[in-house]
Amino acid sequence: MRHAVPADDIAVSVRNVSKTYGDVQALKDLTLDFPRGQLTSLLGPSGCGKTTLLKIIAGLLPANSGQILVNGQTVAGPGPDRAFVFQDFALLPWATVIRNVAFGLELRGLARSEREAIAEKYIREVGLAGFEQKYPHQLSGGMRQRVGLARALSVNAQVLLLDEPFSAVDEQTRRKFQEDLLELVKHEKKTFIFVTHSIEEAVYVSDQIAILLPRPSRVHEIIRPSNFRDKGVDNIRRDPEYLDIVDGIWASLRSYVE
Amino acid sequence: MIDRSLTLKLLSAAVVFGAWEIAGRVPISYAFPTFLESMSALARMTFDGSIFVAYGQTLSPLAIGVAISAVVGIGMGLWIGLSARFEWLFAPIFVVMQTAPLAALIPILVMVYGIGLTSKVFVVCIMAMPVIVLNTAAAVRNTPASLKEMATSYLARDHEILWKIILPAASPMIFAGLRLGVSAGFIGAILSELKITPTGVGDIITFSRSIADYPSMYAAIFSIILLAVLFLNLLGTLENILFKGNNRGYVTD
Ligand SMILES: Nc1ncnc2c1ncn2[C@@H]1O[C@H](COP(=O)(O)OP(=O)(O)OP(=O)(O)O)[C@@H](O)[C@H]1O
Ligand SMILES: [Mg+2]
Repeated sequence: MRHAVPADDIAVSVRNVSKTYGDVQALKDLTLDFPRGQLTSLLGPSGCGKTTLLKIIAGLLPANSGQILVNGQTVAGPGPDRAFVFQDFALLPWATVIRNVAFGLELRGLARSEREAIAEKYIREVGLAGFEQKYPHQLSGGMRQRVGLARALSVNAQVLLLDEPFSAVDEQTRRKFQEDLLELVKHEKKTFIFVTHSIEEAVYVSDQIAILLPRPSRVHEIIRPSNFRDKGVDNIRRDPEYLDIVDGIWASLRSYVE
Repeated sequence: MIDRSLTLKLLSAAVVFGAWEIAGRVPISYAFPTFLESMSALARMTFDGSIFVAYGQTLSPLAIGVAISAVVGIGMGLWIGLSARFEWLFAPIFVVMQTAPLAALIPILVMVYGIGLTSKVFVVCIMAMPVIVLNTAAAVRNTPASLKEMATSYLARDHEILWKIILPAASPMIFAGLRLGVSAGFIGAILSELKITPTGVGDIITFSRSIADYPSMYAAIFSIILLAVLFLNLLGTLENILFKGNNRGYVTD
């Protein structure tokens, strides 16, 4: 299936990447392509190396072997072409919302007025207008993750890396986030790499789902839902294809869940 | 809120002073004056100017020692905290400094540096510096890894990680160390005046005791405590101005 995408439409390409922690083999000879402008989920049981893979793509962890290509160029560390959204938000507690959102731009050396103008735009976009001068401890979990998302969007990277971004928010907020994420993928023309534990979430938001399995860690299957994407957010969860894919994934994962 | 905490502070001061007054009147000891006697002695020393002359002498080793301890202590603490190697090399020195019986060290200091300012500054530093160094080092080592990782992923360079992540994250503990260090420095300054040469406030204490003028002795002790409290409050204000928002807890913990 993944060979259906032409090579120049691949934003991120993982080639034969292996990673060991001491004697734990976290990733073994893993190869995977991420099509440009689409959302790819990494789905798999706990400990199969999803976070490890995402951090290697981000350049936060070195791989033991193999390479990562972003737009055809090998990368060896963090770069302006990728932005990370953290599971625990990783907001600066001593900084206001606007400084947190503008932090990536601050590190890139933009003047204050310039970066705050950009940050304000994205704060509005994630629905936090009016909270610019608040501190993270004054926000709910869901709002904090919106700050993390706005920070990642504001540096205008082509690739967004999201490590279980919604796992620390409640179910209703999570559903709203998922709908917003679909909108974002449609309008931002960015490549999203999205780690999740939830089968339903992966099927709901993804253009492509990579099922990872542990021991030894590998890409078990790549699924590209095709039919229900255009039927509107309200109908996805009732679509027969959606339900079949969810069931199919559960069938392949269930034996790995202790 | 502020009014309430101010009321509470005044109330607790009133309780302490009231207890002091009662204890002085009972009296627990012939050598223990009442609060009012001590205050009138303080007023007398204030009006005849002798307390200002005394502080002129006491404050120079205190200020120099506290300043050196703060700058060198935070610097050393950062250095030790940032590199595992220096922890093994230097941290034990400060642990020893913190636990060593100072009174036993003073004769050695006097032998080496004489009875002048240098020895007194040393005493203040020995009292103040260890806790500043050890707190700073521990704070730096406990910087949340996820914040450093976040900064790295957004292309922070090493010095930016130090200034924008490590220092602000460590600031509450650094300031806690500064507060403890400054309090200890005040003790050190008086101790050096009692043990090395009687000057300044230490001289008032020694001299008043020798002529059994206990109200003056307690007035001097009271004034140094008052000064320390004022200074600590100033430090707290400085922290609030520098790191607004930081005193409200870590949302990522
Ligand atoms: N810093 C580390 N040191 C040692 N082993 C590690 C480290 N990080 C991860 N591992 C191991 O590597 C394997 C993959 O971990 P990773 O965090 O990538 O899994 P994951 O798929 O993200 O799991 P989860 O779904 O629970 O987040 C696990 O077996 C884990 O124990
Ligand atoms: Mg993980």
